[in-house]
Amino acid sequence: MLAVARAVVRRDLLLALRRRSDVATALLFFVIVASLFPLGVGAEPNLLRSIAPGVIWVAALLSSMLSLGRLFAADHADGTLEQMLLGAAPLGVVVSAKSLAHWLVSGLPLVAIAPFIALQYDLAPGLYGVLALSLLLGTPVLSLIGAIGAALTLGLRGGGVLLALLVLPLYVPVLILGAGAVEMAGAGLGPEGQLLLLGALLVLAAAFSPWAIAAALRISME
Amino acid sequence: MLEAAELECERGARTLFRAVSFVLAPGELLRVAGANGSGKTSLLRILCGLSRPSAGEVRWNGEPIGSIREDYARELVYIGHAPAVKDDLTPRENLDISCRLAGRPANALALAEALERLRVPDLPVRKLSQGQRRRAALARLLVSQAPLWLLDEPFATLDVQGISLLNDLLEKQVDGGGAVVYTTHQETVARSTRVVDLGPGA
Repeated sequence: MLAVARAVVRRDLLLALRRRSDVATALLFFVIVASLFPLGVGAEPNLLRSIAPGVIWVAALLSSMLSLGRLFAADHADGTLEQMLLGAAPLGVVVSAKSLAHWLVSGLPLVAIAPFIALQYDLAPGLYGVLALSLLLGTPVLSLIGAIGAALTLGLRGGGVLLALLVLPLYVPVLILGAGAVEMAGAGLGPEGQLLLLGALLVLAAAFSPWAIAAALRISME
Repeated sequence: MLEAAELECERGARTLFRAVSFVLAPGELLRVAGANGSGKTSLLRILCGLSRPSAGEVRWNGEPIGSIREDYARELVYIGHAPAVKDDLTPRENLDISCRLAGRPANALALAEALERLRVPDLPVRKLSQGQRRRAALARLLVSQAPLWLLDEPFATLDVQGISLLNDLLEKQVDGGGAVVYTTHQETVARSTRVVDLGPGA
């Protein structure tokens, strides 16, 4: 079972490597959206400092969603998804591996880029670590929850917009906790509470969403 | 080994077929015939467990396939309409990942031999023709030891040499005690086969 999961992760990473432009688009999107705000609201340092966590987190949500449409759609179109449904490993294992691969190419890079974006907002020096840590805990949840939506909207007309409507409300707790952690740390109150809750969300999502994704895929593939 | 009992399939409001029953024994080759839209692909998808029949049941060695999902999946190779090869990977990478998904990783030599025999060039699948893609998909038959093959239009887009090669493969499979269910419009298979006719379509 683990061998199958490893093979699926390797396959998806290899595919991402062969289609670097797709990956780069989502990351550039994140950089551009997050850079638009200082241009739009003006260069007032206190205002920028106070909106930084929220803006960076919203940009991360949108960027993570941008690549969700491809998570299953490409495999659905060329028939490889059928083969995954007929694989020797439980479908839950396969979709967990696919979600992990999605996070590795669309979530993990955000954790690395975000501190540089935060420079534009003049974030206090002590908060970079908290921002990165909150993204590190939160972005896998985005991939897992998003995969449920991607599986449910698979093969539907206008699935992309529907996916956004379906998934964005479910991202709200992650957004509140993630941005809240950085704000709490900024106010000197300590981010531990929010970070622990984010961690709990991650554990919950990792435990339950694979089965939800698998069930949604089976329905979509009927 | 494979048993279909009173299968019925509905698409939307219309019934594609009803009361389709057969028992497939080892060494048998079963052709699903029928006009366009008569439900050949739907029947194959039901047989492999991708969709559920609106009535009836598919059993493998007496067990309903819904209850032995992964164990059943290990016993079969399904090649559908879409060839299930990724455009950005080479045929060998595609074959490798299919084998791993099926729970039977094959060594590099076996993969190379299978693709060699089917004359699939080692280029990204994106650059291959439709027939070569089909061959890349059919290479899975060469490396699999699964007793049951479910093939949807396996002869489509193949050239004469490809068709005779596939015929050889099918004969070898049934001679070795395996079973095959396939759909085709061509009456090309030399070996006498049983036929399930789904009729002229709805």
